[in-house]
Amino acid sequence: MNLPFSTSSPAGLIAAAVFGLLFGVLLNKGRVTDYNVIVNLFRLRDWTVVRVMLTAIVVGGLGVLAMMSFGLLGGWHIKDANLLALALGGGIFGVGMALYGYCPGTGVAAIATGSLHALVGFFGMIAGGIVYAFSYPWLKEHVIGVGALGKVRLSEVTPIPDVVWWIILSVVVVIVFRLLGKIGRHAEAS
Amino acid sequence: MNPKPSSSPSTNRPSLRSASWSPYLVGAGIGILSWLAFLVVDKPLGMSTEISKFSGWVTSLFIGFEKMVENPYWASKTPAFGYSTVFLIFTVIGAGLSARLGGTFRWETVPATWQKYQGSSPAKRMAGAFLGGMAVLFGARLAGGCTSGHGISGTLQLAVSGWIFFAVLFASGIATAKLLFRSQQNPA
Repeated sequence: MNLPFSTSSPAGLIAAAVFGLLFGVLLNKGRVTDYNVIVNLFRLRDWTVVRVMLTAIVVGGLGVLAMMSFGLLGGWHIKDANLLALALGGGIFGVGMALYGYCPGTGVAAIATGSLHALVGFFGMIAGGIVYAFSYPWLKEHVIGVGALGKVRLSEVTPIPDVVWWIILSVVVVIVFRLLGKIGRHAEAS
Repeated sequence: MNPKPSSSPSTNRPSLRSASWSPYLVGAGIGILSWLAFLVVDKPLGMSTEISKFSGWVTSLFIGFEKMVENPYWASKTPAFGYSTVFLIFTVIGAGLSARLGGTFRWETVPATWQKYQGSSPAKRMAGAFLGGMAVLFGARLAGGCTSGHGISGTLQLAVSGWIFFAVLFASGIATAKLLFRSQQNPA
């Protein structure tokens, strides 16, 4: 079999179904489809999201770097670092995520766990996409190009190579997990 | 020290019937899912672009498909049924199956934390969810990705954009939660 499959091929669509199914199960079993878990992250009372995400980043990142260096992958998929758009977009996203209690992935997943407000927020996300599309010409002209660094990676904007970045990140993550262990689960019960 | 072992995620043999799994196991699972997505379809996990395509379809109900795709944004990300649509639908199915099998499915209108600080009015919660959802997708599209595209797929490739997005959203979320969940106020 020739990998990768085209995303528009039947095999690609089957992969989409399998990956989606797994993603949905993982989000639910990780409890991040629970509104309270997400907002209690921002209230610094529940560290479930931090545990899930940091583990995903380290496991995912080391594997992708390994596959990349063995020549198994076509290349990186880096999004543009548009500084102003990231600052404004990330800021608005954070306000919205604290208010909605979900991000796009956990929001759609939560609908199927019985969260009716996740469904209403999904309609809100659709509305937000419409507002964005109609603002796009103006934003493109005035915001998106400001501080545009391009599709850059940390090892390209710093003298630190990938492997060293991963050593630093892994150590930081291990320390964070040890500290979270010391805080203890009883602190998260509230 | 902790008298409530039931509050901890089940550590013995996770199955689909478990209510939850260890967050480290789930994180590792999402990491491995990222490997597979890169390897099998050469496409990182993401969600917000697909939702903005739903926005395009809804818009086309009012102004027609032709007019909708004249919009420069939808001209660049033309709404079409495809890989990401299937991925989104099956994410919903997977979460639903998991919640049913794990016994955690329940109808929820006003979640506990919201109710404690913002009162039990369903209309108020729905308005909050709708406005929050709007900001989430607008912000994600402006930033070029969401917690999946930037937060997981971007950061794990050591993309500068992913780490900046992660840091800004976290700071902004904490600040917003401070305003939204002010302790010891009389709940409305």
